[in-house]
Amino acid sequence: MDIKAYIASGILELYVYGSLSEKENTEVYKVLQEYPEAVKEVERIENALQQLSAAKAPEDIESLYTKVQEQIQSNNNVIPITRKRTNLPAYIGWAACIALLIGLFIQFNKNQKLQKQLVTNQIEQTLLEGKINIAEEDLSKAKSLLKILRNKDLIQVPLKAQQVDPTAYAAVYWDKNKQTAYIDVAGLPTPPPGKVYQVWSLKLDPLTPTSMGVLDTFNEDDTKIFILANPNKSEAFGITLEPEGGSESPTLEQLYTLGVVES
Amino acid sequence: MQPTELIIALQNKNQAAFKRIYDMYSQNVYGIIYNIVRDEALSEEVLQDVFIKIWNSAHTYSEKKGRFFTWILNIARNSAIDKTRSKSFKNTSQNLTTDYFVDILEDKTNFNSKIDSIGIKKYIAALEPLCKKVIDLLFFKGFTQKETAEELEIPLGTVKTRNRICIDKLKQILEV
Repeated sequence: MDIKAYIASGILELYVYGSLSEKENTEVYKVLQEYPEAVKEVERIENALQQLSAAKAPEDIESLYTKVQEQIQSNNNVIPITRKRTNLPAYIGWAACIALLIGLFIQFNKNQKLQKQLVTNQIEQTLLEGKINIAEEDLSKAKSLLKILRNKDLIQVPLKAQQVDPTAYAAVYWDKNKQTAYIDVAGLPTPPPGKVYQVWSLKLDPLTPTSMGVLDTFNEDDTKIFILANPNKSEAFGITLEPEGGSESPTLEQLYTLGVVES
Repeated sequence: MQPTELIIALQNKNQAAFKRIYDMYSQNVYGIIYNIVRDEALSEEVLQDVFIKIWNSAHTYSEKKGRFFTWILNIARNSAIDKTRSKSFKNTSQNLTTDYFVDILEDKTNFNSKIDSIGIKKYIAALEPLCKKVIDLLFFKGFTQKETAEELEIPLGTVKTRNRICIDKLKQILEV
């Protein structure tokens, strides 16, 4: 190949401009590998064009490099940041998920505790309500008793202690019109098992006892005031300790209290 | 000279090599860009874009495809042309003249001190008007031979030889 003619054709200038086709480019590259003169010519062309195109450049063009450098360095730094960015939402997601689960678990526990407490409270409330009911009942009972005992028509009969128990005492409040007697036995000892107190209406001349009833709920009743019917024309009242169920006639050895109606 | 070792270092993301490449080619790149966008601030913007592209896509360059200078030239032209199509460019409403690079050089007195401005001026004065146009289109603007022939209304076959004569003159003046 006539390399001088090849150079003179002007193809190398176009090669440096970059205006050749890809195929032509490859051909020139092959020629350049073989002919050092062609390479030299290419370098001369390049040199001339570099001088020409550099003429307009500002003097401080070197200072512009710092901006370029900043950008390529920030570009380098951007890569790990974007990696982190892609992971960040996932991490946040998992963290939120775990936090939510923990939160739910805590709420569930709390809820269970609260429910237990609620049940306990409800039971306590029921118990308290029961107590209040009882207290109210007791109160109303006491009030009605108080009302009865204040009645001016009531005949009061204190029953005094007898030999069996010198500390014992009792009282009978007798409403003649209503034929009702209120027996206050707060001063009597608790009867032993298998025994009950029995209340007697007495006529003195001759001595005739009539049973008014047995106090078989002595232990259950806190007021220790018992209401018994008394249609008798009583002259005295007595209380004896009798076997369970009561007796036909009083056991006088076990006479606890006795009182005479003052006419 | 083709800076082969620098290119390899650049392809391995060596910043020192990149700086040297910048020093070697930034003035040329600026010249190419300015000839297309005709605005100093915009040219500086594009210059930065071009070197960031060079940094990011250095691995795509291969000697088989052509000269490294040519590769850079292409990036510079394309980036500058992209800029002329952008909104910011249209907003600054450039009063684009049909001036060729040589007219710019003649207009301005602030030549780079590093360049032999006397030599350039000598060249410009000595250069035929047709040479100015041919070099402007082929080298600065990246026209093909066919496009150049159509633009200047000369036969396609004469573009290559005409250009060869013009570059020869340039080499003589610059004593390359």
